[in-house]
Parts: sequence; C-alpha cells; structure tokens
Amino acid sequence: MADNIVALPNEEQFQARIDAEEKIEPKDWMPEKYRQNLIRQISQHAHSEVIGEQPEGNWITRAPTLERKAILLAKVQDEAGHGLYLYSAAETLGVTREELIDRLHKGVSKYASIFNYPSLTWADIGAIGWLVDSAAIVNQVSLQNTSYGPYARAMVRICKEESFHQRQGYNIMMVLMQGSEEQRAMAQDAMNRWWWPALMMFGPHDGESAHSAQSMKWKIKRRTNDDLRQQYVDQAVQQAHAIGLTVPDLDLKWNEQREHFDFGAIDWDEFQRVIAGNGPCNRQRLAHHIQAHEEGKWVRDAMAAFEAKRRKQRADVA
Amino acid sequence: MMPWLPSKRSVVSSALTLRNKWDRLMADHLQLFEVFIRSRRGLDHKHVGSLHADDPEQALEYARDVYTRRGEGVSIWVVASKDITASQESDCDSFYDPLDDKPYRHASMYELPEGVDSL
Repeated sequence: MADNIVALPNEEQFQARIDAEEKIEPKDWMPEKYRQNLIRQISQHAHSEVIGEQPEGNWITRAPTLERKAILLAKVQDEAGHGLYLYSAAETLGVTREELIDRLHKGVSKYASIFNYPSLTWADIGAIGWLVDSAAIVNQVSLQNTSYGPYARAMVRICKEESFHQRQGYNIMMVLMQGSEEQRAMAQDAMNRWWWPALMMFGPHDGESAHSAQSMKWKIKRRTNDDLRQQYVDQAVQQAHAIGLTVPDLDLKWNEQREHFDFGAIDWDEFQRVIAGNGPCNRQRLAHHIQAHEEGKWVRDAMAAFEAKRRKQRADVA
Repeated sequence: MMPWLPSKRSVVSSALTLRNKWDRLMADHLQLFEVFIRSRRGLDHKHVGSLHADDPEQALEYARDVYTRRGEGVSIWVVASKDITASQESDCDSFYDPLDDKPYRHASMYELPEGVDSL
C-alpha cells in the first residue's frame, strides 16, 4: 500500500510535521492516503462501538437485578455516544454519515471482529466489559496520541468514560466468582470463550498487518499490535488470577528475563474466518443493523420534514 | 432656568437619539462575535471572549489583534453570538436532573480486590 504513493511537494512538509509530533487538523493539507487511512480506521472504530451494543443489548432485559440492568443500560448508552464522537471525527475528513453507514452495510467497512461472537450467558456481559473493553482501552489509550487532532481528542473523551465499563464487567466476574459453584463455572466458561478473541482484537502480528507500517509512519497508530497485546496480557492475567479465574492457555507463563508473560499461539485461521464474515454472528449483526437503520427511516424523514417546515416558517417571518 | 444647562426634555431626547443611533449602528454594522482560540495544535479551541465586527472576516482580524498579540494561539474561530444556543445555569436542576442519580456511571463505585491495578 505504501509503495505506490507518489510524493507530492507537500508530502515532505507533512511528514516533517508528523515527525515533530504536531497534530494534523481538519483544514490542513494532508496526503489523500492519510485521509483515506484515517477514514477507514475511525469509521471502523465507530462501527465497532455501535455494533458492540448488540451482544450487550441482548442481556438488558435479562440482567439479574435492577441495578445491573441500569448499569448495563448506561454502558450501552455510552457506546452509542462513543460511536457518535467517532463518526463526527470521521466527518471532519469530508465524508458523510450516510456514506459511512452505507459502507458498513455493504461490507466494505469492517468493525471489531469480536462482536461477531454471541453473548450466551450473563457472565458474558462480565467478560465483555472486562476483557473486551480492557483490550479496547489499551488500544485507545495509545490512540490519545494519534496524529489527527479530532481523533485524538475523541479518544481522550472516550477513555475517560471507559474505565466505568471495564470495572463494571470485572465486578460482574468477581461477584460470580464469589458465588455458587455453578456461578463460578459460568464465569470460567465466559473467560474461556472470550480470552482468545480478545487477544485477536489487537490484530495480526506486526509483520503481517496490512496497514501497520504506514500507519506507524504517519503516527495514526502509536504502538504496534504485538506491543499492545503484550501489555494487555500482562494486565489481564494478573486481574484474572486475583479473582480465581484460570486463563485458558497452557503455554502461559511468566518470563523472568523479558518480565512479561509468554503466551500460546493465536488461532489466526479463526481470526481470518471471522473477519471474512464467517464468525458465529456476522450475518446476524449486520442484518440487525440494517433492519434498525431501515426501521428508523421514518424518524429521519420526519426530522427532515420538520426542519424544512421550520426553515420555511423562519423565511416567511423574515 | 440656567441657560448653559440643557433642559430636562432635551437631555432625554438627545439620550434617545444616541440610543437610536447606537441601535441603528448595531443593527446596520456591528455584530457580536464570540472568539475561540486554539493555543497549540492538538488542543481544543477555547472560548476567550467576544468582540464587535462587521462580518466574520473582520471579526477574525479583530480577534487576532485583540486576543493573540502575544502568540496565544495558532488558530482562531469566530462565531456570531446570535448563532450560539446556550443552556442556562439557572435551569441546572431540571436540565441535568435525569443524569444526577446514576453513581454507577463512575468507575469509583466499583471496588477492586487487593492487588489489582490497571483497571
């Protein structure tokens, strides 16, 4: 991808600005590939926030207590808000919300693969909040330093709100682990199913990541996939052990020399299969988004009609 | 009556004339603009104050002269004050009411077991 970029006179200045850790702002000149790369990444991020509402929304009506239900509602509402921050950041690059949604519906634009896994039990809501949101946070904290100003600022806002998400998830797991044998088994089962997909969230190994090299050069990405994944493993393993959960990886062990955990091989075939659209819930997730979008059309139409009427009224008064 | 002092009536009428002139001046020419400055690349634009100007371009130049004489900023936004819709602090109670009873939105509500950090 990087090889066929033709160097424009401005490109050198642009890179110099990036190298000097200066942010790029919406009205600055930027290489077209930088703009496209950002639109791809930010919209994928936005879609992930919104599609991620589905596995969690699945449990709102079945949360075990009223308090858990209120907490889950608040979290899902946050995710919708995060989607909005990110779509708005993408829109500063000259793309419309309609185009972004259309690309999602046509399968051109992706979202985080992890949301193609089902949330089968209440413990999955704990695992999602803790494991999935923690992984997202590790990534997002590094993106607070991304080179594009509006994206970086959206990340700051989002990270501030995320810590509640991971804590409520961890709290669900902790309470289950303090419960009956059945509840502990349920928590461990969720751990077993979500652990590996959570590690896949960081993407392919550095050498095999399609966009990594260019994104690092442009400082859209600040740390490599493997680097972020290692940080995540080190944190999550300690958190799992603290509440009595077993990490489903026989190769997991502390490496004294590296001062990191060594961990087993990730099943990249599964990763590719899910990205290609053949995970357990891909079709369901997309179909649901399309259905919700189409069923909401009358609301968008009504808003447009109301706005047109108001504009006309204002024009008549003036 | 002292001839060197204007009559009460003429004071009122000249005040009115001034007032009318000012209104007309305001109406004809001077709009109020709010000024926002980005002090450094990567930071948000922050509100710094307001000024009167004929049009947005002039407001931008005035803002430069008034608010950034000492290198305070790298970018200025000017927005016509009339275009800003604002909530009122006096309405806080009712405006934010539905949001105030949700302590579970704060991470600090969830206690962590001993030895766990990075959450």
